[in-house]
Amino acid sequence: MDGVDPLLGRVLEGGGVNPVPPRPGTPAPALAGLALLLGCQLAGELLARATGLPWPGPVLGLLLLIGLLAAGLWQGPIAAACEVLLAHLSLLFVPVGVGVITHLDAVARHGLALAGVLLLSTWIGLAVTALVLKALLKP
Amino acid sequence: MNELVELWLYLSASPLFGLAATLGVYVLAALASARLGQPPWANPVLWTVLVLAALLVASGTPYAAYFAGAQFIHFLLGPAVVALGWLLWQRRAALRRQALAFGVAALAGGAAAAGSAVLLGQAMGLPVEIVAALAPKSVTAPVAMGIAERIGGVPALAAVFAVLTGLIGAVTAPYLFDALRITSPAVRGFALGTASHGIGAARALQVHPDAGAHAGLAFALQALLAALLLPLALRWL
Repeated sequence: MDGVDPLLGRVLEGGGVNPVPPRPGTPAPALAGLALLLGCQLAGELLARATGLPWPGPVLGLLLLIGLLAAGLWQGPIAAACEVLLAHLSLLFVPVGVGVITHLDAVARHGLALAGVLLLSTWIGLAVTALVLKALLKP
Repeated sequence: MNELVELWLYLSASPLFGLAATLGVYVLAALASARLGQPPWANPVLWTVLVLAALLVASGTPYAAYFAGAQFIHFLLGPAVVALGWLLWQRRAALRRQALAFGVAALAGGAAAAGSAVLLGQAMGLPVEIVAALAPKSVTAPVAMGIAERIGGVPALAAVFAVLTGLIGAVTAPYLFDALRITSPAVRGFALGTASHGIGAARALQVHPDAGAHAGLAFALQALLAALLLPLALRWL
C-alpha cells in the first residue's frame, strides 16, 4: 500500500535483506525484546511473591514468555533479545564463580569431600542422561 | 609508588573496576581459547574465574567491591533464564516428536545428579546447609540460587557449586562420553545441557551445531523441570 511508510514497514518486518537502522524514536527490536524479557521476569517475581508458589520468579517468567510466543505476540523483538543474551551466556556466570573466594574457608575445610561429590555426581548425571536418551531416542 | 597505591584504592572502590576486569579478562580468555583450538581445558569461564579470584585474593580486594561492578553482568542472568523459554519454543517440534525420550532422560539425569550429590554429600558427612546447596547444582546458577533459598541451602554456595558443576561437565564430559562409546552429537549435547547447564551447553555449541541445539534444549528443560519439581520433591524428605 502506498500509504504505508516504507521505512516503518521494513522496521516492522524486522529489517529484511538490508536492515535499516530504526528511525529516531523507534526502539530497536533487541531493546524492545529486552523490555519484554524484563517484563516477564518482573511479572514472574510478582506472581511468586503474591501466590507463594514455591518456584523462582525467572522460571515463572520463562513460562510467561512461552505464553507470549504461543499467542504469536512480539516474536521478532523477543527473538532478537534472546539471541544476544544467550550468545554470551557463559560470561554471565563469571561474577558468581568468582564468589568462590568468599567461601574459601568452607572449601578449605570440606574441599576434598566437595570435589569428590561434585565430580562423581556430575559424571553420574551425564552418564545416566546419555544412556537413557540413547536407549529411548526414536530414529 | 604511593600514587600507584592510591590509584589502585580508588579504582578498586569504583564499580568500573569489577565490570572492566570481568569483561576484559573474559575477552582475553575467549581469544586465547579460540587461538588454542578450543580444547576443553581452555574453558574461558574457568580461566576467567581463576584469574579474577587470584587477582582479588592477591590484592586483598573484597568480593563486595568487585561485585559492585560485576553485578551489572550478574543481573542479566535473570532475563537470560526467561530467554530460555525462547529456546524451548524454537525447538517445540523436536520436543513434541521426542517428548518421551527427552522428558524421561531429563528427569532421570536430573534426579541422578541431584540424588547422587545429596547421598554422597551426606555419606561424606557434609553439613546440612551445604548438602542442600548441592542438590540444585545441575541447574543454571540463578535458578539454583532460587531453589537453594527455598530448600534451606546457602544461595551463594549453590551458585558456586552450579558453576563448578558446569565447568566439570564442560571440561571432562568429552572423555566420559568416549569411554561410554556415546558418539551421537545430539545425545552428547543433551547430556551436557542436562548435567552441566549453560556452561556445558556453551561448550557443546563450540563442538557441533547439533550438539549445541540439543544442549540448549536440555539446559532450558532442566532449569524448568528442576525449578518446578525439586522444591516439591524436597518437601517430602
